[in-house]
Amino acid sequence: MDGLLNGVVMRLTLRATMSRKRALLFALPAIILIGLSALLTKTAHSPVWPPELLRTVGLLVVALTSLLVGGSVLGGEIEDGSIVHLLATPVSRRSVVLSKYVVAVLLTWVFAAVPEYLAAAIAKGAGNRLAIGLLVGALAGAAIYNALFVLLTAAFSPGRALAGGLLYVLLWEGLLATLVPGVGLLSVEHYSLAIANSIAHNGDLHAGLNTGTGIGMGVAVTVVALVLAVIRLSEFSVKGDIA
Amino acid sequence: MTAIELNGVSRWYGNIVAVNDVTMTIGPGVTGLLGPNGAGKTTILHMIAGFLAPSRGDVIVAGHSSWRNPAMFREVGLVPERDSVYAFLTGQEFVAATARLHKLADPAGAARRAIELLEMTDVQDRKISTYSKGMRQRIKVAAALVHDPEIVLLDEPFNGMDPRQRLHMMDVLSAEGARGRVIVFSSHILEEVERLSGTIQVIVGGRLAASGDFRAIRRLMTNRPHVFMLRSSDDRALAAALMRRPAVSAVELTSHGLQVRAADYGTFTREVAGITRDYGIRLLQLSPADESLESVFAYLLAA
Repeated sequence: MDGLLNGVVMRLTLRATMSRKRALLFALPAIILIGLSALLTKTAHSPVWPPELLRTVGLLVVALTSLLVGGSVLGGEIEDGSIVHLLATPVSRRSVVLSKYVVAVLLTWVFAAVPEYLAAAIAKGAGNRLAIGLLVGALAGAAIYNALFVLLTAAFSPGRALAGGLLYVLLWEGLLATLVPGVGLLSVEHYSLAIANSIAHNGDLHAGLNTGTGIGMGVAVTVVALVLAVIRLSEFSVKGDIA
Repeated sequence: MTAIELNGVSRWYGNIVAVNDVTMTIGPGVTGLLGPNGAGKTTILHMIAGFLAPSRGDVIVAGHSSWRNPAMFREVGLVPERDSVYAFLTGQEFVAATARLHKLADPAGAARRAIELLEMTDVQDRKISTYSKGMRQRIKVAAALVHDPEIVLLDEPFNGMDPRQRLHMMDVLSAEGARGRVIVFSSHILEEVERLSGTIQVIVGGRLAASGDFRAIRRLMTNRPHVFMLRSSDDRALAAALMRRPAVSAVELTSHGLQVRAADYGTFTREVAGITRDYGIRLLQLSPADESLESVFAYLLAA
């Protein structure tokens, strides 16, 4: 019985993800966010912009980076078929999924959660409650989003997984969750905000959920998504030849 | 010992049957899965490797069902057909990483031995992205052998190899088979299978058409009725002359010439020149009409 995480799988995943020259792509939204924050700090006169920017753009960066990273750690190898080399070893499917998931979360933390904190720190100072709250919310959001997107790539073709992820982030979270009451209960962004606001205590973060619900739903979604991804990868099939 | 066992295995996709009620056992030595493209060889190999669930029947590898059983890869090495490897790794890194995934005590040593066996030492430090298709095949085989598996499955392993690489790979697989490993490979090329395997499983249209010793099946292939197309200076007279010979079972006069069905390939091809000479007929064309591998397979299926 091997452990939960496999170092070889993690290293291979890290090199595969970063070798696809995606590092620049991953870094771009973060650079824009930090740049915006620096610019507004110098130029804006209204004091309400930091929570507004960091809630909308900042958490969108977390969601989209998770989609890019979480969608590629497993999806990239499924798409090009190299996953077969990994699966033709005795490493358990659970270990494969969890190892890849952890790499995706760590990368998203580096490319989205830390920049979210830096953007907040530029605006409000390093020790500010808003900055720390948003950092914790972004760390949690990255963990939940990545579980969802790893599941999507395990269950669907890469194109469909990407389309589904975009629809979820832009349509479900970006539009419906703000307009329709109750939809926030199924929104990772709302879980992140609930967790962030438990530290920041800032009314502008508009957390529609209380902290307990945010944490509970976030943990439940993460665990269920990862369990389903393991089941899906355990049934991974390659196409045969048909006359 | 039976290492691989298929019992009444079928696999279908919607209404399309890819593999139809195949039962076979495979033991030590080299076994070739022979059949035309799309016959179901890859589907069968994927089911043996646990990458496809049978729609019906059981696939048993090393005593256990292969589906959802990654632990079996302690005893199984797989060389997939698809040319996708971790191209950003060097050959050595790829084989050593595979050894580590198998939790071998000395992954670097195991990788070195496997790479040497496949004669890839000179290029082991190059990135796989720079390898030719034949080199990729060989590094995939090195990775599949790195943990010294009892069973090795190879899907069209000779694709993309030049003749020298092909011969070397055949020698490697023959030697591994002679050492008691179970080597199963698929191919649609008769000569590859002829050269390498003592035992073959012929798959045609998703069904097991023939199974057993290669030489016996090869004889069956050679002795089957052969169809020839002939054109001559007097087709009608030639038809009458041919029908007197026991080696000929049927003659049809067509607009393109004579279609002759010979019951005995060797006798007919030896006699035909003498017949035309005896009757003063000039033979303009003699060509086999059904020498494609598909027709050989179709015959085996009907036999």
